[in-house]
Amino acid sequence: MSDQKDEKKTNRRDFLFTATAAAGAVGVGAAVWPLVDQMNPDASVKALASTEVDVSSMQPGQSLTVLWRGKPVFIKRRTEDEIKKARTVDINDLKHPEKDEDRAKNPEWLVMLGICTHLGCVPLTDKGDYDGWFCPCHGSHYDTSGRIRKGPAPTNMEIPKYEFVNTNTIKIG
Amino acid sequence: MSDHEYTPSSKFGKWFNDRLPLLTLANHLTDYPTPKNLNYWWTFGGILTFCLITQIVTGLVLAMHYIAHADMAFSSVEHIMRDVNYGWLLRYVHANGASMFFLAVYIHIFRSLFYGSYKSPREIIWILGIIIYLLMMAAAFMGYVLPWGQMSFWGATVITNLFSAIPLVGESITTWLWGGYSVDNPTLTRFFTLHYLIPFLILGLVVLHIWALHVPGNNNPVGIDIKKPSKDTVPFHPYIVIKDAFALLMFCIVFALFVFYQPNILGHADNYIEADPLVTPAHIVPEWYLLPFYAILRSVPDKLMGVVAMLSAILILAALPWLDTSKVRSAVFRPLFRQFYWILVADVLILGYVGAMPAEGLYLLIARVATAYYFAHFLIILPVLGWKEKTTPLPLSITEPVLGGTPNLAAARSDEKIEKTIK
Repeated sequence: MSDQKDEKKTNRRDFLFTATAAAGAVGVGAAVWPLVDQMNPDASVKALASTEVDVSSMQPGQSLTVLWRGKPVFIKRRTEDEIKKARTVDINDLKHPEKDEDRAKNPEWLVMLGICTHLGCVPLTDKGDYDGWFCPCHGSHYDTSGRIRKGPAPTNMEIPKYEFVNTNTIKIG
Repeated sequence: MSDHEYTPSSKFGKWFNDRLPLLTLANHLTDYPTPKNLNYWWTFGGILTFCLITQIVTGLVLAMHYIAHADMAFSSVEHIMRDVNYGWLLRYVHANGASMFFLAVYIHIFRSLFYGSYKSPREIIWILGIIIYLLMMAAAFMGYVLPWGQMSFWGATVITNLFSAIPLVGESITTWLWGGYSVDNPTLTRFFTLHYLIPFLILGLVVLHIWALHVPGNNNPVGIDIKKPSKDTVPFHPYIVIKDAFALLMFCIVFALFVFYQPNILGHADNYIEADPLVTPAHIVPEWYLLPFYAILRSVPDKLMGVVAMLSAILILAALPWLDTSKVRSAVFRPLFRQFYWILVADVLILGYVGAMPAEGLYLLIARVATAYYFAHFLIILPVLGWKEKTTPLPLSITEPVLGGTPNLAAARSDEKIEKTIK
């Protein structure tokens, strides 16, 4: 700071103004944050983090939709043909390149969030140009691996964290 | 503002007015000089005030019976329809009232567009109007969620997911809006709270909108500045009051036709099915008044750019006073603008129509062309027209074209730029 020039000189009053404004801003911020953060998911919502699903009765080609954290999860027991279709695709042709091997560790079972990545509708199973899923809202087509192939959705349908507790039970979350 | 000072006649009135000048305000509102040539397109301001008050009053009583909980909202609405005394009437007035509100606001906006009411010195009135319009859309959207039907739920899902298009923070914002990992009970309760709040924000903005209007006074079909008060003006009361009242009566007939004869024609049958997070209805469409913007959203194949285009379509209106470079306000004296105006009206209607249709094939192509034209109108046509268009001569006063003869030069506009435009 140029202490020499009279008009530019910062005096005690300027310091007090700045300090008061800064302290005030911190105080207002601290007071406003609880008002903003109360809108985030609460403890009871977070507590419903995992769901166990019994899949023992599912035949190849069948699919099941379960609710996890208020969202639909598709569990599909894929047929040989569907697995073949998903695995023989050239990865470079995909809008969101992901290998089917990475999406379905056990090739027979595809577990994914049944939510279109465009604007959150639930796609219809065994529909669309790629025999996977089709979103009726804005026309996104997904293949048998749940990968976006055509339409406005930007990414593949999401794979949640899940594991096989035993051969008949899948734990999502 | 009236030019004369007002003094109440009674002693008590004077005593009161010296302490709180309410009577001065009332006098200003009754004596307010209004252009004598205002046509019926100017009655929609009053009609909109009526719509807002109707929504607030019916909404208030509906809130006495409605339960904002994901498990009970749907049945509480049915309870209103079947059990509550006159509940069916109150709900139908409120639901159709929203549509009537938008019908009136679209006429009001397009009146502004035709007569150039957004131009200097009325830019602030116009921008306040755009903010009111945005708040109306927010209120209508959240209100539509409250019955917790299938369209409520999936409409809310689609619209809140628009925020997920924002890079990096999009996901966190949607989770924050939802209060969970999907649209659920926390979303419903906060939407109810905000739905209750917004009309009062709108009311406050309406006061500012009218205040800002009363500074320069009304624009008029001829679009010239007039001296106030003068031969070109009449006092608001009784002249405009009675005209507004008649127009309101006509409007209420249309309103009543919907409420009593076709209360569900503007809604969707799917909303009489309770919300189901596992099943998306085959064809999701918003309410009719949001369709043009929905068409713009869907016409862009990229998620983020679609959202950006939709928001820009609304926000571009705020820049309109500066995009329209013509100094002549009224389309009456702008032969080319007049044609483009009607093309824009048709364009918006087409967007509304394709917004209701599936986004594929020919519909998608039409939506894309119409979207491009919508933006071209504001970004290319309007700025260029202001330069190129040869406008027809403006009258010097409102009275002149009717009475002829020597114009009252004192009442003529003083804006020199316009004088040049005439020559």
